[in-house]
Amino acid sequence: MNILGLYNYWIVVVLMMIGFYVVIAHENLIKKLVGLSIFQTSVFFFYISMGKISGATAPILDEQYQLYSNPLPHVLILTAIVVGIATTAMGLALVVRIQEAYGSIEEHEIQDQDTQDQMESRLEAYGFRKKHALSVRDLDE
Amino acid sequence: METLIDIVLLGFLVLTALAVAKMHDLFAVVMLSGIYSLLSASLFLDLDAVDVAFTEASVGAGISTLLMLASLKLVGRFEKRTRYRPMLALGVVLATGTLLIYGTLDMPHFGSAEAPVHQHVAPRYLNDSMEEVGVPNVVTSVLASYRGYDTLGETLVVFTAAIGVISLLRVSRRTKEEEKQKTPADMQQQIILRVVVKWLLPLILIFALYVQFHGDYGPGGGFQAGVIFAAGIILYTMLFGLNNASRVFQPEHLERIAALGVLLYAGVGIGCMVLGGNFLDYNGLSHDPVHGQHLGILLVELGVGLTVASVMITIFFKFTWRTVKHKYVKKR
Repeated sequence: MNILGLYNYWIVVVLMMIGFYVVIAHENLIKKLVGLSIFQTSVFFFYISMGKISGATAPILDEQYQLYSNPLPHVLILTAIVVGIATTAMGLALVVRIQEAYGSIEEHEIQDQDTQDQMESRLEAYGFRKKHALSVRDLDE
Repeated sequence: METLIDIVLLGFLVLTALAVAKMHDLFAVVMLSGIYSLLSASLFLDLDAVDVAFTEASVGAGISTLLMLASLKLVGRFEKRTRYRPMLALGVVLATGTLLIYGTLDMPHFGSAEAPVHQHVAPRYLNDSMEEVGVPNVVTSVLASYRGYDTLGETLVVFTAAIGVISLLRVSRRTKEEEKQKTPADMQQQIILRVVVKWLLPLILIFALYVQFHGDYGPGGGFQAGVIFAAGIILYTMLFGLNNASRVFQPEHLERIAALGVLLYAGVGIGCMVLGGNFLDYNGLSHDPVHGQHLGILLVELGVGLTVASVMITIFFKFTWRTVKHKYVKKR
């Protein structure tokens, strides 16, 4: 038991880092949101693990029981879950709009399109017509 | 036994998370994240957090998976291979992880009753809440009474997210008219599902109401009830089509109900002030402080339930209307 005393917290760190990795290393925006929710859940586990007392029961008062786990983390996390889904929905709505505007939800493709737009407007400022503008994608291939 | 379940579930969670990180098929990723939520709910139950487990099971495994699937329909199923090398990200992650693990080393061990977390406000909630609030479920009395101000903020955040989604995913009247002319719903041929859902729907809705009004005595409350109610309506929408569902739950009404819930919550707070107490101090609502607390918690939870249910249904409707819109835009 003593060796495993910090097991929960270590797993929390592992899960958090997996979520973190998905957020920074993947380019697909939906995948990033899933990674973000893994990250978020790891924080939930952290709070709930801290609230647990060995041999205690759920914090619903009854004369049969004397020892209850800490109710405060439960309250905080319960509302955090519902707020989490609301913000995830907001993120997904943004992703849908990005897909409609750019035709892609891969980060580098969005970046390329933005760079291209920028180049085109700069070339136009120098008097070039739009059709002569270079495309970033042409350069890549 | 509890510890064993804890160890096994956390192991499964890590495996699922690794699979999520590895896969490029987003459909599989979303399904795995549903499994991940179900595992989390089981873990919460094992760690005595029954209310949290309830919420996670209905929100994570139910609604969030559905919303992800609806967005996948709009943005495509496969992730492209990344062109950057992930070594830098891996380095950052490993360094951060090592620091965090180092940080855990002097934490009190899991399950110890002497940990500082249990020394401050928790004993007050556990020892005095029965006399002060008179509700057996301590989570409910902390959520709706002791920390009612906090919960009002959370409800507002949910409401704000709904406003965001509504303004991002607008649907033109033209799409709605076009959809109305199409008579059979997509799932018309699924007879077994339709019959089962017709039987299940009233039970789901009654269960949601039970969770809403029994939250004082057992696990449950406005957040869970709202999500379960919404899940029932969403199930109906998936099988009987948006037209039928929107006839009962008109978008304008839903938006008003969402606002009404927040107003009811804040109104109770102002009512308390009018009666001479502090904001959201329910003691003054009745002659007997405990009766006042009961009344206040009932109303506040009702406000939360109304807002959460209507927000979840609205968000789902918005995503589904968007897929319908894409279908017609392609045809035009």
